[in-house]
Amino acid sequence: MAQHSAHDSHGGHDQGAHGSLKSYLTGFVLSLVLTVIPLLVVLNDWLEGTPAMVVLLGSAVLQFVVQLLFFMHLREEGKPRYNLMTLLLGIFILVLIVGGSIWIMTYNQVAH
Amino acid sequence: MAHMGAHAHSHDEHHDLESMRLMGFWIFLITDCILFGTLFATYIVLHGNTAGGPTASELFEMPGVIAETFILLTSSFTSGLAVLSMNQGNRKGLIGWLVVTALLGASFIALELTEFVKLVHEGATISTSGFLSGFYVLVGTHGLHVSLGLVWMTALMIQLGRRGITNVTRRKVNVISLYWHFLDVVWIFVFTIVYLMGVM
Amino acid sequence: MLDQIKEFASGFFVTGDPLIYGADVAIAMTMIAVVSVLTYFKKWTWLWREWLTTVDHKRIGIMYVIASLLMLFRGGVDALLMRLQLAVPNNDFLTPEHYNAIFTTHGVIMILFMAMPLMFGLFNLVVPLQIGARDVAFPFLNSLSFWLFFFGAMLFNVSFVIGGSPDAGWLSYPPLSGKAFSPGVGQDFYIWGIQISGIGSLATGINFVVTILKMRAPGMKLFKMPMFTWSVLSSSLTILLAFPILTVTIALLFIDRYFGAHFFTLDGGGNPMMYINLIWMWGHPEVYIVVLPAFGIFSEIVATFSRKRLFGYASMVFALMSIAVFSFTTWAHHFFTMGSGADVNAFFAITTMAIAIPTGVKVFNWLFTMYRGRISFPTPMMWTMGFIPCFIVGGMTGVMLSVAPADFQFHNSYFLIAHFHQVLIGGVAFGYFAGLYYWWPKVFGFKLNEKIGKWAFWLWNIGFYVCFMPQYALGLMGMTRRMSTYGWDRGWWELNLTSTIGGFLMGIGFLFQVWQILHSIKFMEKDTTGDPWDARTLEWSIPSPAPHYNFATIPVVDSKDAWWEEKQRLVQGEAPKPKPPLEPIHMPKNSGIPFIMGFCWFVAGFGLVFDWLWMAIPGLLGVAGCMLAHSFNYNTDYYIPVDEIKATEAAARRSV
Repeated sequence: MAQHSAHDSHGGHDQGAHGSLKSYLTGFVLSLVLTVIPLLVVLNDWLEGTPAMVVLLGSAVLQFVVQLLFFMHLREEGKPRYNLMTLLLGIFILVLIVGGSIWIMTYNQVAH
Repeated sequence: MAHMGAHAHSHDEHHDLESMRLMGFWIFLITDCILFGTLFATYIVLHGNTAGGPTASELFEMPGVIAETFILLTSSFTSGLAVLSMNQGNRKGLIGWLVVTALLGASFIALELTEFVKLVHEGATISTSGFLSGFYVLVGTHGLHVSLGLVWMTALMIQLGRRGITNVTRRKVNVISLYWHFLDVVWIFVFTIVYLMGVM
Repeated sequence: MLDQIKEFASGFFVTGDPLIYGADVAIAMTMIAVVSVLTYFKKWTWLWREWLTTVDHKRIGIMYVIASLLMLFRGGVDALLMRLQLAVPNNDFLTPEHYNAIFTTHGVIMILFMAMPLMFGLFNLVVPLQIGARDVAFPFLNSLSFWLFFFGAMLFNVSFVIGGSPDAGWLSYPPLSGKAFSPGVGQDFYIWGIQISGIGSLATGINFVVTILKMRAPGMKLFKMPMFTWSVLSSSLTILLAFPILTVTIALLFIDRYFGAHFFTLDGGGNPMMYINLIWMWGHPEVYIVVLPAFGIFSEIVATFSRKRLFGYASMVFALMSIAVFSFTTWAHHFFTMGSGADVNAFFAITTMAIAIPTGVKVFNWLFTMYRGRISFPTPMMWTMGFIPCFIVGGMTGVMLSVAPADFQFHNSYFLIAHFHQVLIGGVAFGYFAGLYYWWPKVFGFKLNEKIGKWAFWLWNIGFYVCFMPQYALGLMGMTRRMSTYGWDRGWWELNLTSTIGGFLMGIGFLFQVWQILHSIKFMEKDTTGDPWDARTLEWSIPSPAPHYNFATIPVVDSKDAWWEEKQRLVQGEAPKPKPPLEPIHMPKNSGIPFIMGFCWFVAGFGLVFDWLWMAIPGLLGVAGCMLAHSFNYNTDYYIPVDEIKATEAAARRSV
């Protein structure tokens, strides 16, 4: 029931998500740093308003990227990169529905 | 001869089947992203609707939340170490790191439950306001995912003990470690959007 | 004690309406008949072994089709009851409460329990055969999807006789669907019926994306896939991005009702409009989910019966995929009247108009495919011809609705009703009928009677226009949707009566289709060629019905219309490609777990509907137990030996 399709058959590129201790350590340290930065910003009231939002969301997004690259081995995917493509499509739709909902619903704060 | 040919072929097929399953799981995680995205959208839209009840900055206590964050982050790292041990063919190391990951996950859940119980005792329940409904369901859905992951991880450890590292168990370990990293990423956004922005 | 039982039963069962008592009797008699036939012919083990536990995509597809046709019957009866009620003014055939329940179940059943499973049925019956695969990527999950759909649909339908039907519209807007205004169990049946089958739909989406991306025959590059497979890919991608939103939305409604949360309530900081925003974030992509595969079906049929390669392959792919993505950018046009302001309404009006462009591209592609083709008109092609004008008019009125200021007039009037029935019947239903007629010989090994089929086609088509054209006018005359009756002074009755006549013509068309199937089973006209339409894609290269492993040897593909090209080569006297030697075929074993797990969900759902934790908790534990049992089961596959393949192939050739 399973068979190779013509151009997907470089022998289980997804299966051998290898990584090394070094890449895991790098990822861990980067994640720690990216968690501590927004924490310090908020606890010490270094920034307010929009700049604070940018730093907070920016660190979160960066940390997402760090985990994708160092922990989830997105870099090691062989071609065609279906995993990357579906992820990008998913993120596009995600941003669309979250952003769109907020935009639409800010005009409708009838009930507080 | 024929038998050997069939055997070699079947080995190849199994390998491909497992990589297909890993891809299926990756796509499932993307659907889960959308699920959490919808919950985030709901929380963000409702977070100002406190209906006279307590607000985010009045309720949240950061020390516990910070501890939860670092515990989950570390467990994401240790689940990676489990995969690393597996790739080196080290079954004891694999199970050992999975145990560490599960214990960290369990302490995360314990801390989260403690926080919820405390909030409820302060009178901040799911039916207090739209804001708190959104909070409990968003954070609780993440907690439920972690709890299911714990059950699943335990089942996997039993299978690893019985069968060792095979193509099938290897794929299962890869899948659960992906799941665990994914939950860590979701938590980073919960931490940022719910807690940090809540007390800001 | 007896009084207690009586009191419980009078609340538990739906009572007081002769129509429902009649239905009760009919349901009971059908069930007794089914059970006695199975017992008399000693078919219980056969049913379990061959069908309930099967993981074969072809059998799962057949079960989807049967279930969805039954649901089409029920949804259709709902529709005819509504049309009877509206045929004359001041009618008291249905009470307003009963009318509310009927338009709700009509909508839910037609979209979620008729269109979706019929679509999944066609996915299952066709896609693996079309891409040269032996099954879908995850056969166990495929079976699970079916049983989740089946038990979800059963849970929803049970509300008809037990507890009472939901009656807050097919999307169950709060606050009406909240606990305060709908305290009965109808809404809970709605929630759990949809939730359980929704999980199954999501799993099917994942399954087909992986199947199409990873299991194509060697040489079949993405841009050599048949167009139906492309449409399934675009539809499946849309499913897996849209269905999680439905899951969350319905779950939040449940949490509101069950735990007293304030997501969508009027008090406590809830916001009902947020529900409407969320449900349409799923609901708009959903209509594209069901219509995209129909576009794929028409593309196959037009190419086959014009004896020409599909015109504009690349633009067709581009149109399908861009519709899949842009279906997520138009949802607010369902609530222009919410008053989100000019910015929001303008943005969503423009995106809505823009999405008509790729749809228009496809219509031109079909027309150019037929241009200078050698066209023949068997029933699948007739439905395609019926579709094109119908869908164009439906699309045009859709563009009218997308003009936000004008929508304030059209909103929730019969103009809207006519519009979406025109795209859903003219697009989706006609498309799936065309697909069923087209692939029927491949699935069952015999052709359907063309003469009766043409009668059915004309009844449906004429009935459609007689039914829905008057509704555009009624909408502009001020008739709003969901009204259970109206007075003589409105001047609406002539058009309403006409519309009812059209509805019944479609009902007769359905009866003709049933007759067509029964007649064709009796006077079976066997398809001995495996390729009755002289078609173009791989599914026609194997015997009808396909053997359970589909392909004895996996085909190697080097062009778009692989089977057509191969036939051309044979005609020109080239020797057929040498086939590689047979090898044992790796197949998944049947499993009873999906059926049992679906049943456990049904038990859990029923318990949660009535707030009976003693029933819900064991149900949920059963679900968890099934998952663990599956996880610990490593004995899931087997090999078909070469001798058996040889025997099966020889038998198939004998019948050829």
